[in-house]
Amino acid sequence: MLEGIMIGLGAAFSIQNILMVVAGCLIGTFIGMLPGLGPMSIIAIMIPVAITLGDPAAALILLAGVYYGAIFGGSTSSILLNAPGVAGTVATSFDGYPMARKGQAGKALTIAAVASFAGGTIGAILLVIFAPVLSSVALRFHSAEYFALMVVGLSAIAAFAGTGQVAKALMMTILGLILATVGEGALFSMPRFTMGLLDLQSGISFITLAMAMFALPEALFLVLNPMRGASGDGASNKITNLRFSREEGKAMIPVIGRQSIQGFFIGVLPGAGATIASFLGYAVERNIAKGDEQAEFGKGSVKGLAAPETANNAACTGSFVPLLTLGIPGSGTTAILLGALIALNVTPGPRLMIDTPEIFWAVIISMFIGNLVLLILNLPLIPYIAKILAIPRNYLIPFILFFTLMGAYIGQNNATELLMLVGLGVMATIFRFADYPLAPLLIGFILGTMLEDNFARSMQLYRGLDFIIERPMTLGLLVIALVLVLLPSYRARRARKRAEGVADGD
Amino acid sequence: MALDRWIALIFVTFCCVYGYAAFFTMDQLLPPFMQRNPVWPSTFPKMLAVLGVGVGMIVLLGIEKRVGGDAEPSATDINYRRLREYKVGQALALLGLMVAYALMLRPAGFLIATTVFLAGGSAILGERKFHVMIPVAVLATGFVWYLVQEVLGIFLRPFPFFMGT
Repeated sequence: MLEGIMIGLGAAFSIQNILMVVAGCLIGTFIGMLPGLGPMSIIAIMIPVAITLGDPAAALILLAGVYYGAIFGGSTSSILLNAPGVAGTVATSFDGYPMARKGQAGKALTIAAVASFAGGTIGAILLVIFAPVLSSVALRFHSAEYFALMVVGLSAIAAFAGTGQVAKALMMTILGLILATVGEGALFSMPRFTMGLLDLQSGISFITLAMAMFALPEALFLVLNPMRGASGDGASNKITNLRFSREEGKAMIPVIGRQSIQGFFIGVLPGAGATIASFLGYAVERNIAKGDEQAEFGKGSVKGLAAPETANNAACTGSFVPLLTLGIPGSGTTAILLGALIALNVTPGPRLMIDTPEIFWAVIISMFIGNLVLLILNLPLIPYIAKILAIPRNYLIPFILFFTLMGAYIGQNNATELLMLVGLGVMATIFRFADYPLAPLLIGFILGTMLEDNFARSMQLYRGLDFIIERPMTLGLLVIALVLVLLPSYRARRARKRAEGVADGD
Repeated sequence: MALDRWIALIFVTFCCVYGYAAFFTMDQLLPPFMQRNPVWPSTFPKMLAVLGVGVGMIVLLGIEKRVGGDAEPSATDINYRRLREYKVGQALALLGLMVAYALMLRPAGFLIATTVFLAGGSAILGERKFHVMIPVAVLATGFVWYLVQEVLGIFLRPFPFFMGT
């Protein structure tokens, strides 16, 4: 492991890669601040750029930098405008915005940056500890276990979609899997469901799908409802004093400690991710705070701001664990990163650490550098970067749409891709209107090919479905997947019955 | 019927068509040596079609109940029931502009198509300061073209088709 870390240090500290981290963090912060462009859209836009770099380590470092920067940028717009660019930073606005309205925008941004730094760094340390352990376990997995593991991942993502939403999330996952069957797969080398169209021969491009699922609907919603992304009165835009007091620093330390660990482990779970980590982090800290401190939550509490910021960054780092060790993304963002890696001919999974340690460790080391860059470079620049929020929407929206189009076009150099983007984007917007979650669709799409490959390999090896019974671990994992899907509706049913019982008793 | 159930109905229909293609059209094309395999190209799609119909029916019939879903959405939330209050015309015009951009990108070349797209997009959204809008669109287009073509090395034909590459 030490040898790997040294290789990683060598790779990450090359001038090119340091530039990548810095550029990634700055671009991420810059674009992440814009309402309507979350980390998924930004990473999708940056993928063609990353692929052109040719070097997988540099590409992944750039994308990871963009990811961190985008989360930080999202926090900035949450604090300054009460308009979170990212779902993971909604909880940040609970206390960040009131603080900014009191004229303490600078302090709120510093607290957010320090908490993010601490969360990200502690998360990266935990990643160094846990990733190799999980990798060594995963090396014993066969295709049957991989198939089952992916089913568990997809079920968990659906199960975390929220009460009453599990069936909808499953529906989206299945649609993603169905879309993945379009085109000529490597396994059977025969075209499927192409409807005779040559453009569908190589399947649907995942960048086009990612843009259509996230960037386009968000931009359209900004057009449809100008209230969105424009809340806040702008009075809190003045960023003056960036310092916080020693007492406030002391109050933050235990919060950061608790939320780094909690956030990291929530991030590791497939489907949970930064959003759940930040809300849960906020709720936990509010519940354990006492008296006056608890009353302060929602009105500009230091703890209330530090908790979600620490948790969402630790969760972002945690979400890299299943990606790097199992090759299974647990969130929409890591799914896009997985797609980028596959495009660069790198297959993440337990062998990544053995076959290409320079990529594995360089990415982890770059997480430390990325966090440092956010703290020492981005924070002082925030007053200037925040000027982007003053761009009128009449100019901003056409640019967002243009970047969406470019992202899809550059990857394929095919104008039909743009028509597909618009079509899929309209479909995604209708899904969003009807409250269907879209991340499961994208994750299903990206995992679809791998899921089918592993399923087919297991079927061929065992001449049928016997692998489910003959491999206890596969069976166990599939049972877990079933429980994950059924548990939310069982619990909801029980809660409903209990509520009805109480009503009857009255 | 609410929009989500309409979507479920369309999804179930789609799965039936997909399933029909998987069950009845794919296997006939299978070469004989592949027929002895336990898994065919149609196996996974068949499973997905059956699962899709099942899950789609759960949403369609409203078997899974939503808890606490009746809360009033905030002004910034998006809700199709308030579609009439939204700027649907602008959104549709922008979608039309995107389609036009897709169709014009090759024949008109990147520079003209993009400038028209950016300036047209601003105009659709209500911008009337043409003396600001057009220079911004031209500068941005030139900058992006330079960045993509010269820095990233990805070819984008700058001029219309009749002016060569």
